Amino acid sequence: MLKRNCCDGFTRSEAMRRAIAAGGPCSTREWDPRMPLPAGTGVDRRRFLLGAAGGMLSVYGAGRLGLTNRVLGDGIAQAAAGPSEPVLVSVFLAGGIDALSLLAPVGDPLYRKYRPTLAVAPDQGEPFAEDPRLHWHPAASSFASLHAAGKMTVFPGIGYTTPDMSHFTSRHYWEVGQTETRTLTGWLGRYLDVAGSPSNPLQGMSLDGEMNPTLATAHNPVAAIDRPETFSLWLEGVWGDVFDWTLDSAAGLGTAQRHIHDEAVAQVAEAASEVGIVRHALAPFRTADGTAAYTSPVTYPNAGDSDFPQRLAGLAAMIAAGLPLRCVALTSDDQFDTHSGQAGTFDEALTLVADSLAAFQADLEARGIADRVLVHVWSEFGRRAQENGSGGTDHGAGGVSMLLGTRSTGTMVGEYPGLTSLDTNGNLRENVDFRGVYCSLLEQWFDHDAASVIPGASGFPRYRLVR
Amino acid sequence: MAALPRSPIAVHHGRLTEADATRLLWRAGFGPRPGEARRLAKLGLDAAVRSLTRPHGPARLVGRRPHGEHGQPLDPINVWGDGHNWWLDRMVRSTHQLTERMTLVWHSWFATSIEASSAALMLRQNEMMRARALGNFHDMLVEVTQDPAMLLWLSNSSNNKWSPNENYAREMMELFTLGADRGYTQRDVHDQARALTGWTNDWHEGAGPSNFRYDPALHDTGVKVIFSQRGKFDWQDSCRLCVEHPLHPSFLVGKLWGYFVPTPPPPGTARALERAYVHSGYEIRPLIEAILRHPHFYRGPRMVIPPVVYCAGLLRALRGSIRTNAWAWICQQAGQMLFEPPNVAGWDYTHWLDTSRWAGRFSAVNYALMHDVLDPSAKHYPTHEGPGEAVEKALGFWNDPPLSPHTRHHLLEFSRRAQRGIKADWEQVSYRILRQNALRSLIPTTPEWQTC
Repeated sequence: MLKRNCCDGFTRSEAMRRAIAAGGPCSTREWDPRMPLPAGTGVDRRRFLLGAAGGMLSVYGAGRLGLTNRVLGDGIAQAAAGPSEPVLVSVFLAGGIDALSLLAPVGDPLYRKYRPTLAVAPDQGEPFAEDPRLHWHPAASSFASLHAAGKMTVFPGIGYTTPDMSHFTSRHYWEVGQTETRTLTGWLGRYLDVAGSPSNPLQGMSLDGEMNPTLATAHNPVAAIDRPETFSLWLEGVWGDVFDWTLDSAAGLGTAQRHIHDEAVAQVAEAASEVGIVRHALAPFRTADGTAAYTSPVTYPNAGDSDFPQRLAGLAAMIAAGLPLRCVALTSDDQFDTHSGQAGTFDEALTLVADSLAAFQADLEARGIADRVLVHVWSEFGRRAQENGSGGTDHGAGGVSMLLGTRSTGTMVGEYPGLTSLDTNGNLRENVDFRGVYCSLLEQWFDHDAASVIPGASGFPRYRLVR
Repeated sequence: MAALPRSPIAVHHGRLTEADATRLLWRAGFGPRPGEARRLAKLGLDAAVRSLTRPHGPARLVGRRPHGEHGQPLDPINVWGDGHNWWLDRMVRSTHQLTERMTLVWHSWFATSIEASSAALMLRQNEMMRARALGNFHDMLVEVTQDPAMLLWLSNSSNNKWSPNENYAREMMELFTLGADRGYTQRDVHDQARALTGWTNDWHEGAGPSNFRYDPALHDTGVKVIFSQRGKFDWQDSCRLCVEHPLHPSFLVGKLWGYFVPTPPPPGTARALERAYVHSGYEIRPLIEAILRHPHFYRGPRMVIPPVVYCAGLLRALRGSIRTNAWAWICQQAGQMLFEPPNVAGWDYTHWLDTSRWAGRFSAVNYALMHDVLDPSAKHYPTHEGPGEAVEKALGFWNDPPLSPHTRHHLLEFSRRAQRGIKADWEQVSYRILRQNALRSLIPTTPEWQTC
């Protein structure tokens, strides 16, 4: 499942752009009194609160329609007006990123034996200061800079015992925070269930255009969007007050039916209800013509067929504006499942991820909110030590993970596992359990007892991750 | 019509109601056309099921031909999204609804993405799956294993004796035939990969992949141990070993059942279906006929209608057709772009909704109604139309769908709200038109309409 760039293909983001150009999904036909903030002026916290209040007034005004989702509007207003909460951003590098390329053990004499065609040359990439055997991949120079600045903690041998080499199983374990295939809630979703609000869907925000399983809750509402400026609804032949009443009616019916006994009906109803809330909350981030109503103080990479950098830009703007976000999850566009032709695709994908995250970090710092945000970067496994015959690598076990932010300790946790102690399948052995990292993050970043979120929490070691 | 074969598996008793037939048409097809559920109900259960599982003659496409925004024909090979639109059109117009629905099941079961190959290879796979939609699973697995799009997607055309690539070997067991961690080990994956060696293809700059073939020189002829059996196995053996594995029938029955009924089969039913499956030599049609007649199909809880089924169903209900290329990105936003499943595991049929996907469905309604929008600047519209009449008119527009009193009441409250909004004289006409357009949009977005 190696991703190849098709000559005539393009991704969702470009499809959306073309559709917009054709008067499509974000056309100007939506009429909304709260929307027209001047483009390019940015949206500050005060403006957001004003905008949100305006939105809620209109919901209150429709109260006789039975729109009980005004309670949910209150949830957002309360959360936004309270003290600023710490934010954890989970970034999933899909496919299993190759640890032996990201942090290349150029000083390990076995490295070139296992990687005859894929090995990073000894004179390439920045040295990794905490272990002289390792070099950052040349495409990860942005990570090297962040690490050198003390803003990135690296886990060079992360995983779990009895590794599963299936993408879906291993990814699922990381998403749910336990090695149990039947769990239906994500580890951050469970945190939001016990520590979050029953009325603030923005507390758990997926930026994948669909729900990220890490955020799946059992009870409390969460939201899925692409970017704040693209979340927009319109109706042909319906406008003005009637348009607003229509959308509020759809949301209100959802709120009224979301606890209905039939699970399928309840699932649709819950989504309808949350759409109503999110629509009002994000209105200030979108201009009347569907473009971003915020500006970024830094330049993000322009990736052509990927909107990963722009999703991070939107996230920084939402946090800066005071939206009550607590847990955020997004997935890199590019697959790191490099079974063949690894050299080119890996470099391209890694450059985009590293440069985008560096821009995000700079954005947070420029906005003065960097101390509130930690970014957890992970992948479902590392790859097999021995490269395969297709110029690629197969699924492995022990891998690499990172924690980015001004308040991360910046000190390596665990160590490079080395190529002399591979497991029976020829994979790197892990020396840090990802569940110990989750427990440490819950306790040190959210000041929350990990036992109520991670099963068997007391059995995992804790690492000092936050300063 | 002849009766279906007798079966030890429970069969739904009593009359097939119009509501039952509606559910059958949504779950085994793409929703009813106007009047279709009533006609199907009159046939009775067996004949109704048989009309889906054993349709007469070749499939016909009924209704207007699809085209893009500017009237141009669809170009599935060269235009982004038109492959999706081409298949969506078949879902809307084909007289063999279950064949299309089962093709969709197999597309998710053997989820292959255009990202690794090309539109032409995806369409070739699609035709293969359609031809075998209700056929034999073993044959299907053999076809899928040598299918070019799959050979690229799961790297099996890069799998050779010098360097086995486990990608296809693992997924054929985990996702296609046995289930995760059911009856195989890493050793089996490794030797299965060796058995599957030998496939290859050419690749030329500009032309892409071509000349997919089995080359014995690339095949590992050594002895393999797979599921505790020793032999000089090849790719056909690896397909056979998977379907003959004792845990395969339970995997297949459970997974296939789950596409049609949201609650798991009762243990006795599951065992009887597994026996029937093995006894028939891995035939799919008898299983489908049993599932579509089972009492739990008709009396159990509802299912969320999958996004492409929802879109096709909107157009079928309106006797509409594909008249824009937009359906591709609409379905993508709603969470189901054809030929682009999210990963090798296919779509998650238990979680179709979130805020973004709901918004995608809302767009679908908007586009389905595009040609029926009343012009709000029109001079004339009955100004005596009250809130209740407006709701009845909009429900009639959608062929009076069976919505609960609660949902109807909610629509009525909206209608009253719009009526109270009329202040100025000019709004007497325009607000009623806006309201009628709005009601037509609200009805298919209700949770009841979106489930079956």
